[in-house]
Amino acid sequence: MRVAVIGAGVVGSLIARELCKYDVEVLLIEKNLDVGWGVTKANSAILHAGYDDPVGSVRARFCSVGNAMYTELSRELDFEIKRTGSYVLAFNDEETAVLHKLLVQGEKNGVPNLSIHDRETILSREPRINPEVKMGLWAPTAGITEPWMVAIAAVENALENGLKLFLNEEVVDFEKQGNRIVGVITNKQVHRVDVVINAAGLFADEVAKLAGAEYVPLHPRKGQYILLDKKLGNSVRSVIFPTPTEKSKGILVLPTIDGGLLLGPTAEDLPSDRKNDLTTTNEGIQSVKDFVLKLVPEIDFSLVVKTFAGLRPESPQKDFFIGKSEIVPNFVNAMAMRSPGLTAAPAIAKYIAEEVLQQQMRINLTTKKGFKPERKGIRKYAELSLEEWQRAVKENPSAGRMICFCNEVTEAEIVEAIRRGARTLDGVKFRTRAMFGRCQGDFCMSKILKILERELKTDASQIVLKSPNSWVVDGKVRE
Amino acid sequence: MKTDVLVIGAGAAGMAAAIAAAKRNLKVVIAERDEITGGILNQCIHNGFGLHYFREELTGPEYAERFREQLSRYAGAIDVLNDCHVLRLNRDRTALLVSPKNVFELEAKVVVYAAGARERPFGSLMIPGDRPSGIFTAGVAQRLMNIDNRKVGRKALIVGSGDIGMIMARRLTLEGIEVVGVVERLPYPGGLLRNVIQCLKDFNIPLYLSSTVVEVKGSERLEEVVVASVDEQFRPIPGTEKSFKVDTLVLSVGLIPQVEMLNGLVTLDKRTRGIACSNTGQSSNEWIFAAGNCTAVFDLVDYVTKEGERAGEYASRYVNGERFSLGVPIVPGENVMLTFPNYYNDVDDLTLYLRCKKPMEKALLKVGGFEKTFEDLIPSEMIVVKIPKQKLSNLDRIEVKLEEV
Ligand SMILES: Cc1cc2nc3c(=O)[nH]c(=O)nc-3n(C[C@H](O)[C@H](O)[C@H](O)COP(=O)(O)OP(=O)(O)OC[C@H]3O[C@@H](n4cnc5c(N)ncnc54)[C@H](O)[C@@H]3O)c2cc1C
Ligand SMILES: Cc1cc2nc3c(=O)[nH]c(=O)nc-3n(C[C@H](O)[C@H](O)[C@H](O)COP(=O)(O)OP(=O)(O)OC[C@H]3O[C@@H](n4cnc5c(N)ncnc54)[C@H](O)[C@@H]3O)c2cc1C
Repeated sequence: MRVAVIGAGVVGSLIARELCKYDVEVLLIEKNLDVGWGVTKANSAILHAGYDDPVGSVRARFCSVGNAMYTELSRELDFEIKRTGSYVLAFNDEETAVLHKLLVQGEKNGVPNLSIHDRETILSREPRINPEVKMGLWAPTAGITEPWMVAIAAVENALENGLKLFLNEEVVDFEKQGNRIVGVITNKQVHRVDVVINAAGLFADEVAKLAGAEYVPLHPRKGQYILLDKKLGNSVRSVIFPTPTEKSKGILVLPTIDGGLLLGPTAEDLPSDRKNDLTTTNEGIQSVKDFVLKLVPEIDFSLVVKTFAGLRPESPQKDFFIGKSEIVPNFVNAMAMRSPGLTAAPAIAKYIAEEVLQQQMRINLTTKKGFKPERKGIRKYAELSLEEWQRAVKENPSAGRMICFCNEVTEAEIVEAIRRGARTLDGVKFRTRAMFGRCQGDFCMSKILKILERELKTDASQIVLKSPNSWVVDGKVRE
Repeated sequence: MKTDVLVIGAGAAGMAAAIAAAKRNLKVVIAERDEITGGILNQCIHNGFGLHYFREELTGPEYAERFREQLSRYAGAIDVLNDCHVLRLNRDRTALLVSPKNVFELEAKVVVYAAGARERPFGSLMIPGDRPSGIFTAGVAQRLMNIDNRKVGRKALIVGSGDIGMIMARRLTLEGIEVVGVVERLPYPGGLLRNVIQCLKDFNIPLYLSSTVVEVKGSERLEEVVVASVDEQFRPIPGTEKSFKVDTLVLSVGLIPQVEMLNGLVTLDKRTRGIACSNTGQSSNEWIFAAGNCTAVFDLVDYVTKEGERAGEYASRYVNGERFSLGVPIVPGENVMLTFPNYYNDVDDLTLYLRCKKPMEKALLKVGGFEKTFEDLIPSEMIVVKIPKQKLSNLDRIEVKLEEV
């Protein structure tokens, strides 16, 4: 039995890992040079509590369950989560009324411990919030994580458990016998398969079309962000939402896992032919700036570290589209993963393995003996005690060579990231946080380039930032 | 481990401070996170260093080498730790040092902080567009070219006409990279006239004044940079866009003093963005002295060396039991953008550094009872003036003014 999962975003990665718990051969096919670089790379990174999805929607079904699963998942896979809690703020009576609706909706969705706080309580916990606030919906189960790290950790663990990963390989067609898919055709080879799971993010509609299966049309909804320096990370402790509108959850202010402050996103609908448009715009960034000041009036924009954009895969139904195809009996969709797709992903993965494959498709999956649920993250030396670190440096001197000063990443961590699969500058960055800090790699990028050159036994001119043509340096100045 | 003086950073400032302290018979540890001492000097292979201090023109590495030699002459007193990053400085005067040899705590009687400056990264400019490879700060481009022997691209545009930007324009050209222009948002060049001539005019590199980058394009490697003219408030003027097809963008848009390690330990100056110091080099925390680009960004290494020596001297006197008050505040007044130092203690005359706010043909500098006329002032060129202490007596605040004449 061979299952191919298409797309190594957070959804596909967790599905692949889930399937590795069984005696099946799992293939994960990803067109990028690394995992987690699609929608999963640029989003708000929130583990949503689950109150703002309409009762009865697919989103509601998976959100709060997925949220709860993250506690165990982060322990098993050793990635960070923080249960910061979240506030939805209301500044007038109309908005207050919305909070009450959200509270009721949340309770129906099974969200635990929701409550509405008055102004004094909110300001005592979050003193930087606009004092004109009236009420706030408090959701203690909301949290934050590093989304790409969830995908990386899941894939690393799956690899330990037998996964076959194909990076830099794009699915371009399918080979069929009757209605059934028998081969996944990529730009490199054909994979013989028994089941295909489509987790291709923004492109999942196109993949489903190639397979001749059901799909919902996807168009990108752009979200632009501003990331601020770590110095500001403690200016708010929880995720701060405005009262949501029909269209989106609004522009937010939230801490990031590594202590920065994230502002955004905008919500701009783009035509479906602009799924690669990750450009930021003046208008977008300006609207983020203007809006967040209403939530947190004193934000020092001189401490901006970077701006970036992400794209939500949006569908007319505004809901996830998950399940087995009626037309192509061995094809399963996990598409239209707009927010809260990150939060829901673990629940979706479990659902697909247990209910869709086993119950609905009547595939008999036997659990694999010796499945190892645990994966260890890369050791962060700067977080060790002095004695532990001293011991580590005795064994491995590079654990004492600081490469990234902003985020305190040593050479040993970078070498480890490469050993685990980083082949590009961004690969190192997303695995270690080096180049992620306030200097954005000005001090460490050239050193990391050299470490990559040495470890991969290649020439620096062959090393790319993130994609095949994103070369960093050219030939030598002098031979 | 224990020492009298811990010097953090072995650039021009730190090396000078360490030598000054060793001359006063103190035990000194100087920690440098790079493999060799010298700091930014090592990558500045052009000449123009040392005219004031050595009265001859040296390259950056040559200038560094002279101090490296002196460091080795004091080998008994100065312990030079290369490849050694100071990760933390604690209130109890201990520091955590990290190196491939060991991770350890060091206890010092006094600290001279000389960590230099960092560059403003591309991300902080909030330029709209794609996020391709091929965008470098000048310092990174300089390091890749001059130390790592790597070309940074094939066709480049440079942003910022400060000395660093112009020097990089020349350097890239000399190595066969086509430089299509230097973009500057001010209406006048940001660096020295001599560099405008030697680095741009001599190589026919156009300088676009009152212009800025409004967009970068290219989802993999940089493909195109859009430049527009700006109005007096530096806002791009619609319709003036010009497009440059380049694969490389080099940014030289300013240095920021590196102060993060001292957060919560010392006061910062909001104009220099560096560590607020007295003319003794002392910070608001009596056992922390600072010098060089972490206090204010200096034009010339010669100044940095002087300030390093000064900080080393007073830090040593502090170890030997002398106590200094910070002194009276020095504040920028009319037409003055920033001043260094930020406080004045009358143990000595005052060497005052300042930058004007706008270009001026002729201006009268007024500081306490001191007056002096200057000509052809531009903000990018620091004014340095020595003021005798008699002219500054009995003031509880020293205002620095430039009156246009
Ligand atoms: C602005 C924004 C904010 C968001 N905020 C949140 C939030 O706070 N909380 C939350 O829970 N969710 C949030 N989301 C939603 C969440 O990010 C997504 O639901 C989730 O990341 C989707 O993951 P995925 O695996 O489906 O897609 P992706 O990460 O895009 O993975 C799909 C992968 O498939 C690959 N692929 C596509 N086509 C092919 C092909 N033909 N062959 C091979 N590979 C292919 C892609 O390269 C990609 O790596 C947000 C989304 C955005 C854009
Ligand atoms: C591109 C460029 C061109 C220049 N051209 C000229 C010129 O032509 N003529 C001229 O006179 N001047 C020139 N200058 C200016 C002059 O070189 C600098 O002002 C001077 O060298 C700065 O010295 P510094 O000691 O303050 O900082 P740096 O040289 O930056 O030294 C700081 C040192 O501290 C180390 N450090 C920082 N933090 C830590 C830590 N936590 N632990 C251990 N070590 C640490 C750093 O690695 C670095 O080596 C130029 C500067 C630049 C950037």
